[in-house]
Amino acid sequence: MKGRVLVVDDDTALAEMLGIVLRGEGFEPSFVADGDKALAAFRETKPDLVLLDLMLPGRDGIEVCRLIRAESGVPIVMLTAKSDTVDVVVGLESGADDYIVKPFKPKELVARIRARLRRSEEPAPEQLAIGDLVIDVAGHSVKRDGQSIALTPLEFDLLVALARKPWQVFTREVLLEQVWGYRHAADTRLVNVHVQRLRSKVEKDPEKPEIVVTVRGVGYKAGPS
Amino acid sequence: MTRDSAASAPGSGARAGRPVGPEPSGRKPAGSRFGRVLESGLLHGGVQGSPVLRLFMRWVRRPLLPVMRLWRRNIQLRIVATTLLMSLGVVLLLGFVVIGQVRNGLLDAKVKAAQSQATGGFTAAKQKAEEAASTNGDDTTPADGRPSQNVIQWMSELVKSLSSGGQSAFDVVTLPMGGESGSGRGPRASGTVNWAASVPESLRERIDGDTAAAQSYTRIVYNSDQASQPGLVIGKQVNDPNGEPYQLYYLFPFTQEEKSLSLVRGTLATAGLFVVVLLGAIAWLVVRQVVTPVRMAASIVERLSAGRLQERMKVTGEDDIARLGEAFNKMAQNLQLKISQLEDLSRMQRRFVSDVSHELRTPLTTVRMAADVIHDARVDFDPVTARSAELLADQLDRFETLLADLLEISRFDAGAAALEAEPIDLREVVRRVVSGAEPLAERKGTRIRLSGDQQPVVAEADARRVERVLRNLVVNAVEHGEGRDVVVKLAAAGGAVAVAVRDYGVGLKPGEATRVFSRFWRADPARARTTGGTGLGLSIALEDARLHGGWLQAWGEPGGGSQFRLTLPRTADEPLRGSPIPLEPADSRRNHGLQDAGLGDTVRPHGTDKAVGVPAQAPPGQASTVSARGPITPRQATVAPTADPTALPGNGARVVPRPVSGAARRQDGGTASGAAANRPEEAGPEESSRQGEASRGR
Repeated sequence: MKGRVLVVDDDTALAEMLGIVLRGEGFEPSFVADGDKALAAFRETKPDLVLLDLMLPGRDGIEVCRLIRAESGVPIVMLTAKSDTVDVVVGLESGADDYIVKPFKPKELVARIRARLRRSEEPAPEQLAIGDLVIDVAGHSVKRDGQSIALTPLEFDLLVALARKPWQVFTREVLLEQVWGYRHAADTRLVNVHVQRLRSKVEKDPEKPEIVVTVRGVGYKAGPS
Repeated sequence: MTRDSAASAPGSGARAGRPVGPEPSGRKPAGSRFGRVLESGLLHGGVQGSPVLRLFMRWVRRPLLPVMRLWRRNIQLRIVATTLLMSLGVVLLLGFVVIGQVRNGLLDAKVKAAQSQATGGFTAAKQKAEEAASTNGDDTTPADGRPSQNVIQWMSELVKSLSSGGQSAFDVVTLPMGGESGSGRGPRASGTVNWAASVPESLRERIDGDTAAAQSYTRIVYNSDQASQPGLVIGKQVNDPNGEPYQLYYLFPFTQEEKSLSLVRGTLATAGLFVVVLLGAIAWLVVRQVVTPVRMAASIVERLSAGRLQERMKVTGEDDIARLGEAFNKMAQNLQLKISQLEDLSRMQRRFVSDVSHELRTPLTTVRMAADVIHDARVDFDPVTARSAELLADQLDRFETLLADLLEISRFDAGAAALEAEPIDLREVVRRVVSGAEPLAERKGTRIRLSGDQQPVVAEADARRVERVLRNLVVNAVEHGEGRDVVVKLAAAGGAVAVAVRDYGVGLKPGEATRVFSRFWRADPARARTTGGTGLGLSIALEDARLHGGWLQAWGEPGGGSQFRLTLPRTADEPLRGSPIPLEPADSRRNHGLQDAGLGDTVRPHGTDKAVGVPAQAPPGQASTVSARGPITPRQATVAPTADPTALPGNGARVVPRPVSGAARRQDGGTASGAAANRPEEAGPEESSRQGEASRGR
């Protein structure tokens, strides 16, 4: 199992503790304490996952998240001490796939990391259609009229989950379980933000979505093909 | 107040004292009742009583409403209208006085002129008669029939000659004495004067009986198509050449005077109109000078109160308005200062909470992880260290929850909590909460039952917060339920949805129902620590409910269990008026007491028809499961837990008659909550039966 994890955190004690836990679970952690150096470290280590503290000296976590997301779809899990909606939503909108609020249990953290790493291991040849999009599940590509659309792995998974059962309305809780791998629904804001981000990439008009349709009071479903 | 309730109220004036049935003396007809209604309606501001009357008043008032509204709202219009009306009154009064005086003056002059004219005329007539008599006396004898012939002719000539001197300024009429018409001396009149209509009867009689001249005002009527006009008539007895008396009248029409008078009247009317209009315009201008700054101030105050604190009034000059403006600006500045200070304070507090949160959480995370690593490795330690590792991990859990709750509370206190409302089905939330509480319930040997979940219960709410509230309530119920069943009931009606969590545990002592929401409050300080919890759970739940504009209320009786009810408005901006679930459950001991006393029906007279809008809340089989706990719910089988009509929003629950035993105090959720909270000291025998019913939230 691939297991390189880049820990971006300025608290050395916490970083060291994270290192102990991650190594104990079989991951290969590397560390950077400064927001300004985070991007360079990211390019250098090419991690499979980034653990990112939101409050950093130099560039803050949001900015780092945006920069990494600009050049890679690698899973990003935010560490945050603030569970206020605004902070969480801003973090998710800047490109993080998931977030975990301090203080967390080591098992919880490991479970989230595994859930984010797991998805890339099971490629099955499959061709799906949603709206006017064509999805190649094995080839990890989404195309509209031959034009490929770049999605992060998480957004891709979200789209695939919807496209596999176009007749079904997915509640946010179900999506959390299927896409993020949570057993018990934690926070449906994750779903809301990522659906918005997905829409901004795949919809012709994000104001009037046709691919990912909101079912008011219930959740989301795939638009008619 | 309706007529019915007014009539039943004792001592509400004459009407309440009126005997029912026929009037004792039959003196007062049916109309007196109407009159009384009318009187009471008109005198007491509102139209109460007869619906027909009310309808009529409304019909009359409706077209006037916009005008009345403008009248009430526009001070300028009011002042200008008042000025116009009052100056119109003054001008009219002035006009009448002036015209009266002018008319009197004109009449006096005319009368004097007329009298001297008439006196001259009478003298002339007398002279002519004497002349004629002296000439006639020589060559005629009075015995033959001719003299009368002569007199007739003489008289016609007399009238002609007398009237010719006036050039239609007057007319002359001669009449025989006493109305006799024989002997050929009939009446004569100059011009086309109709003598019969013009000379009043009363004047003729006076002239008959008296030789002096007499006058009277009259209307001069003409035989031709000339219009009649007012005039003065002066008459006197004069002798004809034969020495026989006849009546000679001078008629003076007021043609000229009428003309002068109408000229004066026209002039005055024009001037008065100008004065009134100009006064109105002046009033408008003057009022405008005052009203414009006031209106400006009003609009600025509105903007200020809407939050635009930098708005100021423009101050020019040093008059009263300018002073008002200066004072206002000073006030606005002070307000702005205070508000910005408070805002700074709030921002600082929020910032502080956020910083504390971060600063505490980061090291806590490290400690937590370290403790977990140690905890996982405890099998390798000696027993003392291993136990220490366990204690460390357990207490860290508690510390974490406490920190999280404290931060949550301080977020509420700082006003930093934001509601993320969207339509959710509360059944989903309840099912999640119940399945989350199952492990705990199994440990305690409790069954959690759901009722009222057949239909969707949808409301605009923050799922995260609602779930937190309900988790708190359910976990509390299980923990304090003594292993007995916990019932979670859902209902929706009107603009509200509600979830009630009922347990049959130790319940609440009187007065505790309000205190359970206090921070760090514990029912029994000696024993509560074992069950964990921070003591902040219900406070946070209450804040969550408040954030939704909802209620969180508690009811309990000692030994009879308790019920916590969360009521939320169906849409976020709608105020709550009631709850679909009664706060006191139908299977409470007191309700059973009422049932036993045979009062069950009076408690809930509309129970059957009002329950229609509420989902059925008594699943079959409930009776058997609950009645297993004999002492607590002895008569469960007979009580179908329908919605209490008094808990439904918007019905007239307040006038439903209640049995004496303190039940009248229990009204619908909203009002009862205020009443209960305001009268904590309500003592005596009632207190023991009312089981500390309480409510917080609004």
